[in-house]
Formats: sequence, C-alpha cells, structure tokens
Amino acid sequence: MSAAFPKTRKRSSLTSSDRFVYLIAAPLILVLLVFIVVPMLATAITSAQGGGSAYSGFINGSSGKALGLSVAISLGSVLTTGILGTSLAVLLSRFDFPGRKFLRLFALLPMALPPLIGAISFYFLYAESGIVPRFLARYFGADAATVSVNGVWGVLLVHTMTMYPYFYLAVTSALAGSDASMEEAALNLGASRFRMWRTVLLPMLTPALVSGALLTFMVSMASFTAPQFYNVQTLTMQIVASRTSGAYDVAAAQAVALSVVSIFFLLAMRWYENRRLHRGSSKGTPQSLKVLHGAFPRAAAGIGSLLLVLFLMAPAATIVLLSFTVDGSWTTQILPPDYTLDNFTRIFTDPATLRPIMVSAQMAFVAMIGCVLFGVLASWVVTRWKGPGKALLDVMVMLPWALPGTVIGVNIVTAFASPTPFNLGVVLVGSLWILPVAYFVRFLPLVFRSANASLAQIDPSVEEAARSLGAGPWRALLTVTVPLMSRGIMAGALMAFIQGFGEYVASVVVYPARYAPLSVEIYNRIYSNEFGTAAAYGTLQMLLILIVLIISQWLESPRHGRKPHGKSAAPSAASMTPALTPALDLSHETGDTHEHIPEPANAAP
Amino acid sequence: MTRVSLNGISKQYPGAKPSVSNLTVTIEDGELFTLLGPSGCGKSTTLRMVAGFIQPSSGSIHFGDKDVTNTAPNKRDTGMVFQNYALFPHLSVKGNVAYGLNVRSVGKSEKRKRIDEALAQVGLEEFADRRIDMLSGGQQQRVALARALVIRPSALLLDEPLSNLDAKLREETRAEIRSTQKEAGITCLYVTHDQAEAMAMSDRVAVLNAGVLHQVASPREVYHRPATSFVAKFIGRSNVLACTVLGVDGQSISIKLADGTVLKAPRAEGTFSSTVASGDHAAVSIRPESIALGVVTDAAHTAGQLHGRVVSVEFTGAVNVYEVTWQGQLIVVSAPDSFHRAAPGDLVSLTPDQGRVWMVQP
Repeated sequence: MSAAFPKTRKRSSLTSSDRFVYLIAAPLILVLLVFIVVPMLATAITSAQGGGSAYSGFINGSSGKALGLSVAISLGSVLTTGILGTSLAVLLSRFDFPGRKFLRLFALLPMALPPLIGAISFYFLYAESGIVPRFLARYFGADAATVSVNGVWGVLLVHTMTMYPYFYLAVTSALAGSDASMEEAALNLGASRFRMWRTVLLPMLTPALVSGALLTFMVSMASFTAPQFYNVQTLTMQIVASRTSGAYDVAAAQAVALSVVSIFFLLAMRWYENRRLHRGSSKGTPQSLKVLHGAFPRAAAGIGSLLLVLFLMAPAATIVLLSFTVDGSWTTQILPPDYTLDNFTRIFTDPATLRPIMVSAQMAFVAMIGCVLFGVLASWVVTRWKGPGKALLDVMVMLPWALPGTVIGVNIVTAFASPTPFNLGVVLVGSLWILPVAYFVRFLPLVFRSANASLAQIDPSVEEAARSLGAGPWRALLTVTVPLMSRGIMAGALMAFIQGFGEYVASVVVYPARYAPLSVEIYNRIYSNEFGTAAAYGTLQMLLILIVLIISQWLESPRHGRKPHGKSAAPSAASMTPALTPALDLSHETGDTHEHIPEPANAAP
Repeated sequence: MTRVSLNGISKQYPGAKPSVSNLTVTIEDGELFTLLGPSGCGKSTTLRMVAGFIQPSSGSIHFGDKDVTNTAPNKRDTGMVFQNYALFPHLSVKGNVAYGLNVRSVGKSEKRKRIDEALAQVGLEEFADRRIDMLSGGQQQRVALARALVIRPSALLLDEPLSNLDAKLREETRAEIRSTQKEAGITCLYVTHDQAEAMAMSDRVAVLNAGVLHQVASPREVYHRPATSFVAKFIGRSNVLACTVLGVDGQSISIKLADGTVLKAPRAEGTFSSTVASGDHAAVSIRPESIALGVVTDAAHTAGQLHGRVVSVEFTGAVNVYEVTWQGQLIVVSAPDSFHRAAPGDLVSLTPDQGRVWMVQP
C-alpha cells in the first residue's frame, strides 16, 4: 500500500479527530445560523426597510429619549448596586458581628427571585398603593404619595435590590482570593490601615468592580419588567410598544440600537476579562476577620443585620402572603384582609388555571433538551477545535447572552413571520413552537458555559486514552467525556429549564394568543386585579427555584463529586459562591454570569 | 507483536521550527525502544504521531508491513500509558481495564479472565472495585499499564510514565515495567527525559535534540561511544574538548588539543570517528572517570597530559568531583577519595585514559 503511493505524503494535516470535529460542527453552525444569526439580520433588514426613516426617532424623537433614559437608569443602577453590593461584601468578608452568618445567607436571596416576581413584589411593597407607604400613612401620618417609590425611582429600587449580587459576589470572591499576608506585609512595611486599603486592596478589587459594573449596566439596559410595572419608557418598553402599534420597522430599529449597545458591552467585558491578570483565587491564606467589640456597636450591628435581613426577605414574603389572599378583596387596607387556600387548589383542579403552568413546563422542557444537545456539542467543539472557526462559533453561541430578551423576541418574530429560504421556510409566529425556540436561543449560552466549565476540568488525554484503546470518536465522547461532564450538563439543564419556565421578557413579544406561558399569565392576572392567583403562581415558581437550587448545590458539592483537585482553600466566602453561582442566572434578564465569578470547581473547598 | 518503522517523518506547525525533522527509526519486534531527549526535543510529538493523535507533515509510519499513517488512533491497536495516566475517573479499576475489551466486544468469560490476568500482572487483584481516586500514584500508574496491556496491543506506547512518581517508587516501577514488557514480548516505545531511566530499561535508545535524531544505539554504546557532543553531554557528564585531527592510522586517530597536547582516539567503523581525515576540526569526549588526576609542583609537561588548576572539590562519598580550569574551560574529573587529594588552587596534571578518548561530531 505504501509502495503504491510513494512520496504522496503532502496531505493536509487533518487527523481523524479533526474530521470528527468538523462533522459535529457543521450541523451546529447550521442551527446557530438559522436561529441566532439570521434572525438578527432579519431585524436589521426590517429596520432599514423605510430607507432608514425608522432611525429618525433616535435623532429627535421618542427612540432617542428612550435610549437616553435607558442609559441614565443603567448608570444610576451601576452606582447604587455598586455601593450596596461592595459595602455588603466588605462588611461580610472582613468584619465579624452578631447576625453576620444570617446576613451572609440572605444576601443572596434576591437571586432566587424571578425578575417578574421581583418587580411585582417591590411594586406591592413600596409603590403608592403598597404596604409600606400605607403603613407609614396610617401610623405616622405621612403622605403615601411622597413616601412611595414610583417611576424611575421604582425602577432604580428594583434594579438595586435585584442586581447588587453582581457586585457582592464579584467583590466577595476577589476579597477571598486576596492573600491576607499581603495586607499584613503592607501594614508591616508601615502603611496605615487606610493607606493599605487604598494602595493594596482597592487596586486588587478593581477587576471585580469593573466587571460588576459592566454586567450591571448590560442587565439594566435589558431590563423590561421593572420599567413595565413603573411605566417608565425605556428603550425595551419602546420596542414592545412600537411592535404592538404595528410600527415593525421602528421596533426593529430600536432593537438594532439596543443590540449594538449590548454587544459593545459584551465585547468590552470580554476584552477586560482577557486583559486582566489571572490570579490564583485559592492560594489566599485564611482571611483575618475584624471582630467588633463593645456592647453598643455589637447591638447596633445586630439590629442593623436583622433589619437588613427583613428588608431582603420582604419581597418573597409579600408574594407568599399575597398568594393566600382572596382575589379582589385587597383594596385600601395595609395588608390584605381575607385569606384562603383556594388560589392553590384552583391551580391544581381547574384545567384552565393549570394550563399556563403546563404550557411553560412543556415548552421549557423542549427548549432544555435543545439547549443540552447543542450546548454540550458546542462546548465540545469549541474546546477541541484548533482552527479559526473556534472563535466564530464561540461568538455565535454567546451572542444571545448579550442580547436583551426583548430583542431576541423581536428577532425571532421578524425572522419566522413568513417562509423564506433563510428560515428554511418555517413559520413560527402564531405557533406554540415559537416559545421553545425563543427559550432555546436565550438559554443556550447558559448550558454552553456550564458545559464549558465542566469540560475544562477534564484532561483531554482521557479522551485520547479511550481512542488509543480502540474507541471511535463518538464512543469516546459518549462513554468518557459526556459521563464526566454529566454534573455540569445537569446543572446547566436545570438552570435552562427553570429560566424557561419563568421566562417573561421574550415571551411577551412572541407568545401565541391562545397559549399564554406562566409569566404572561401572571402579568395578565395582576392586570385584572387577581393578585391572589398571580401570587400563587409566583409562589410555586419560587418553590421550584428553591428545589433547583438545592439540587444544584448537591450536584456541585465536592462530597458527591469525584474531582481530585478540589482540596484547596479553607472555607471562605468562596465556599458559598460556587453553589449559588448558577442562581445568579435566575435573577436577571440576560442570562449567565460566569464571566467574573470564579469557576465553581476552582473555588470549591 | 510488531515491528514499528518510522520513515522520514517530520512534523512542522505553521510558522514554527519543525518539532521533528526527517526521523527514520525502526523499532524491532519485542524491543523496548526509548526516545530520549530534553523537553521540547520532539520525543512526545513522535510518540503521539505513532499513536495517531498527531498527523505527520511528511513521512510514513508502518506497523509491520501495514501503512498506518492515515489510520485513526482507535484503529491502530496501540496501548498507550499517558504521563498523567489519563484514567477514566468515572469508572472503577476494573472498568478502566475493561474499557478496551468492551470496545473490542470480547466475550464475557474471556473478558473476565483477561482482566484478572492483567490485574494480577500488575499486582492489583485486590483493588479491582476501587475508585480511581482512592488509589495512590503508583497504583494508578499500574492501572494505566494494565489497561494498555490487557488489549494485547501490537505496540505499547509509554509517555514519561514514571515522571509523576517519587524517586524510590520510580526505580521499582521501571523494573516492573521492564519485566512485564519482556514477559509479554511486546514491542514498546518509551519516551523519557530521564537518561538514567533510559539507560536502565532500554534495549536501544534514540537520542533527540530539537527535533533532530542524534544517535540510535544500545545504552552502553550511547554512553561510551556518543555520536555527537550533545549526546556526550546529555548522557552522564562529559568533557567535550575541541581538537584538530593530525592523522588517521588504521585503528587509531591522533589528535591535537588546544594547548598542543597530542592524544590518541580509537577509530571504529560506522561511527563518526571513521569519517574524519587529517586536518579536520572535530571534538573528543572524555568522561570524568576516565581521567587520572595528580598533584604537580612544576609545569613540566609529560606527553598526553594536560595541566590545570583546581577550582573546586566536591566530596560525594564514593568519589571526589574536581573542577579544573584548563585553557579557559572547566574540565570535570571524578577520582576516588584519598588522603592525597588536591585542594582548590593546586596545580594538577590530567591524564586521559587513551582508550577512552572518543571522537564526537562537534
């Protein structure tokens, strides 16, 4: 055989493994093109149909004003969340005081709150007809209108209270990663405590603060539910309004503008993350906690913590309380007067009330299957592909991460409105299938990142060992790589499911009239004053999230794992971060935040 | 049990120096053949080309008469032991060993028999149901060996298999690997940067540097008759001195060193020494133990003697290691400890054993 082909050895240096990567990459790229890239282009084309007239609103019209408002709110949110998140992180990682442990536990509670439920609860707590203003009006004679939080301030309040964990987690892990001996070195060299903070710790926190700020800005720009409840005309609101009024080209132009801003911030974040030095986060020596002394400071700290915990628990508690109220009974009282279990029994006995749950559960499940299938393959291809296509594929998968849910909704309805060669002749508008497609696009990056993290833990030579033992590429993938990734895949799948189950922002744009998903139904019930039923849905949703969080924690717990590398740092703030890292994804509207949080397995004790 | 031949294989990545250039070696059936060289010399790349994980840029690889250059790794029937063992952490010891047999759809009873055999071979019968992370490094290494041997591969490939073990275990394990390989009579390609390991285990050694093959020979030959100055310095310690060939005379070559000292070096067919002619510039390698050292009081020269000054003396137990400056170069001499040892600053004479002055390619 060799004699037959003498010196024809100038072949391309493709190994069979490379060919296998291409084989898998091809269908993957097709799917990503059809569902992610083409819809984006469809929106861009629609926006240009009037010869660019749709963009005129940005120069001296409502679009420009809305963009300005969105940017202003986002900047404000960065400031308020930054202050709250950072001070909470410093307080909890560096000081010991009564109530610290409780506070640490509850500091992450806002992440378990789905965005829609969060917005609702803040509205019922602090808006003009909310519990707190009415209470202050009744007992302290305050004017409910002046003590209530409305409009832009309401949006800022919701943003602050739901997004501060981005700063909190980033700063906490940066502090945990810092080496206490470095601070001691600074003090030993004669620096005062203040100087040490300014010259040693603050520069170390800069990366965390920058990525926290970029993330908060992106998520705020994408925010839709809070502006909707407080009726603030941000760009996301304008997009939906334009579409509702039939001005498709204007909606598309607004979506394009928002996409450009979001993608710019994604790129900025990537650039910043890649540029900065990677510090080993597990090498830190145990942190020195400053213990508060003296009866008065300790009592004050204890009471302060208690109040903060109550404040953090209030939104979830409000939803649970509301879920037991009789629909329509709560008018002007401080708290709802009548309570019942009917809201829950009706959900499980009345098929019409149960239907939104079934719709959401089924659609989220279908989307989850798609996310797992393509997310896992994509992460495998991106990790193993050595060619330049790798970066392109990475960008294609991660694009939806940057795009606000509203924009994804608009992209999909635009691309799948009528049959074209680009959408392979598939029309999804008006069909139930549009929901899983939207969820698939939104949450694919989530599974992708989760799969990536667990793939990074696997030594590539394990796959090679399987190949050299005679296993073909599929067999090696299915019998070695996938089983080793199973935890990451499961965690990602659970997150994708739970996110899809509560998805609101894109659903509002795409859902077919006869099949309202759960979140849309919740909004409709609130709108028609059926608070009890809406809150009962919300309570069930929070319960589901809680279960998923517990399962994820169990999945990531090293006791059940077999990761041999995990025996690093002493218990620190990082120990509570990993398990809750996926939970970050629950609270906001753009998806995954693994960007600036240490990858779970690196930080796990 | 196969002869493995590499025919002029090269690997070059775009925009880089070639990792391996035009390497031709044949590993005989049942032989333990070692690729030895410093890190980055291309030895692992070569091994991975034989395993099929890297496609050579040119050249071909044959197992027996079969050209496997374009064969997928899973069709090559090699058993590979990885540097980090690459055991499957989600499978038990038995599951790891069974993996290759499952792929080959070996019958149930046959499979059990072969697993038991393989585990007995490496002394791990007791550990069949253990999880991988419950094993020590040495045990993991043996599981990796059993996993590779149980499929009765046509060639066994070992990529620095001992580098993660501590020194004592390394010596024990290398003897084990050697005896297991001999017993199984399996063709074996072994990669290491540790010359002692290569010397102790191999039938033949190939010394590589920067992708270029310097010598293929038995360990003894490589030590005593290094082909190039690189080999001389990489294998053990050696003094490589530049020289000029004065004349070639049947079985010996006379050479002149920088200080004018004339020495004789053996001439052997098939080695570099047989290619030199009078007037050539070349080099000789002299091992530290092939030099006799004596303290002298005056600089009077005896023929075949170099004079230098002692810079340092290191007592290592069996011998003293002297560093002597000579012609601006350090010459290392090891001599048995005695009361009449030289001290730093002493003027000494160095007398190379003339039978062990070896011509090397500079």
